[in-house]
Amino acid sequence: MSVRRLAAEQPEAFAFSPDNLKWAKGQIAKFPGGRQASAVLALLWRAQEQCGGWLPEPALRYIADMLGMAYIRVYENATFYTMFNLAPVGRYYVQLCGTTPCWLRDADALKSVCRKMIGAPGHVTEDGMFSWSEVECLGACVNAPVVQINKDYYEDLTPESFERVLNDLRDGKKVKPGPQNGRHSSEPIGFKAAHPDSILVSETKADERR
Amino acid sequence: MLEDKDRIFTNLYGFHDWRLKAARARGAWDGTKQILERGHEAIIDEVKASGLRGRGGAGFPTGLKWSFMPKQSDGRPNYVVINADESEPGTCKDRDIMRHDPHLLIEGALIASFAMRAHTCYIYIRGEFIAEREVLQAAIDEAYDAKLIGNNNINGWDFELYLCHGAGAYICGEETALLESLEGKKGMPRLKPPFPANVGLYGAPTTVNNVESIAVVPDIMRRGAAWFSALGKPNNTGTKLFCISGHVNEPCNVEEEMGIPLRELIDKHAGGVRGGWDNLLAVIPGGSSVPCIPARECSDLPMDFDSLKELKTGLGTAAVIVMDKSTDIIRAIARLSYFYKHESCGQCTPCREGTGWMWRVLERMAKGEAEKAEIDMLLDVSYQIEGHTICALGDAAAWPVQGLIRHFRHVIEARIDARATKPIAPSVPVAAE
Repeated sequence: MSVRRLAAEQPEAFAFSPDNLKWAKGQIAKFPGGRQASAVLALLWRAQEQCGGWLPEPALRYIADMLGMAYIRVYENATFYTMFNLAPVGRYYVQLCGTTPCWLRDADALKSVCRKMIGAPGHVTEDGMFSWSEVECLGACVNAPVVQINKDYYEDLTPESFERVLNDLRDGKKVKPGPQNGRHSSEPIGFKAAHPDSILVSETKADERR
Repeated sequence: MLEDKDRIFTNLYGFHDWRLKAARARGAWDGTKQILERGHEAIIDEVKASGLRGRGGAGFPTGLKWSFMPKQSDGRPNYVVINADESEPGTCKDRDIMRHDPHLLIEGALIASFAMRAHTCYIYIRGEFIAEREVLQAAIDEAYDAKLIGNNNINGWDFELYLCHGAGAYICGEETALLESLEGKKGMPRLKPPFPANVGLYGAPTTVNNVESIAVVPDIMRRGAAWFSALGKPNNTGTKLFCISGHVNEPCNVEEEMGIPLRELIDKHAGGVRGGWDNLLAVIPGGSSVPCIPARECSDLPMDFDSLKELKTGLGTAAVIVMDKSTDIIRAIARLSYFYKHESCGQCTPCREGTGWMWRVLERMAKGEAEKAEIDMLLDVSYQIEGHTICALGDAAAWPVQGLIRHFRHVIEARIDARATKPIAPSVPVAAE
């Protein structure tokens, strides 16, 4: 378990933007009548996105009211599920995977990069651009070490390529998510060149399958 | 080595297009209507005959699980829920299915739901997979637009498919915790019985299946149970996605026949162990929850459920985590213990307290700051956790520790000795001069 509490400083109020409100109604419609509470995680996540990456307390009450849930039922969801940030984060929020498969491939070196370029976990840089935390397995273990920055995974990192990603993000340059070592996705590196006739690579072979 | 003709996941690496048109060219959605016309029971029988065992870790026979669903409704609907909450450390196979071959999953969802007489299916994907979620949702939208699913679809079975997501809780991969989460609650596992097939989502009969288990079903139906069961070994049939991570030269996902020897898997697909086979220290063969095995047991080891069970470990999710001789094995397992401490839902005391306790002891052992008697105490505590919790997370936290002590007790002891024999540095200045 991890102990998580709401931030001391909170904004006055929260309301979904008109677009998000419409979207929220579509989410609620996925579930049978009376089961609207099922949409709570999706709505909390959208609220977090709207608030720039964290979930203020008024948003919890707003969503509870929308779904007809007791406030405590939404509070406990917000504290239980660790993807909900209960305090502000940087514009680029780095979640660094430190679980064993990434650790074996030197996630600790990436941690040092974070400490050097951003600071302690949870600290937001002066310019508001970055904050980071260590998270548990992100589920991209064959591309270890991995970090998630906002929506995107950055994979097969070295301290150098990770620094480059962070610098490029800060400078507003376009950064390509995914493997940073020239790999396409989860194949053995160099697979495409080594196996041009494989059904996994050759378009004609794949089409012949039917 | 698996031949191309026997591959199910022809776009595992995403070199081809995932969209409907290309997926159809590769064989997806081919004759789905005819498959459904064979009837509910015929499909379940075919899946049973194929010998497919659940790909989410437990290896329960999929067809048998499906047959537990009520054939006559008592007024409650039947639900199928697909577990895409892939979070087991080492495992990243479902991610590739969802982002590169989503139509196999969607077609499988229709066939499975038809077989179990469900008109509604929910896919619960882990919250971190945002890009994967977007691809899968787009593929679902394509399937709706092409009238492959939805009401009055061309396949003749009214079917709604919804994608839902979690928000960073490993425990929601446990099927009843997943159902709780899907109902908008904290992901705390339920007591069984009642089993989900009787009382599941919203109190209605529900079957929860792993993504890979569902995605292989269309191919089993098209090519027949005999084809599937001819691959692999008796009771361990078919193909399987393996994830090879850690200290290998070319970490990768790969589809292979069940029962492939571990060494062949690592050498042929993952470029071999870093520094050569002799540099291997240990392997965790099935995701973080199964006990590690030392190198000496690895060479001829067939990768299937039964062979690994004999070695007191398991195939789990077939996520092979390789550790070479540079690995501090105590620290590697301690990090896993931290993972379980972090992910325990806190419901059962043995797990909530025990996971943290094991982690703290292992952290000390990694530094040698322990007594040798504590090794047996740690082992004893792990047995106090195992089997004494509502769900299997307690077991999953205990097994890696048991594996460590079973095979690497000498490493822990050596570290304790090394620290004990080291002269203690004078940390306090001596006053008398």
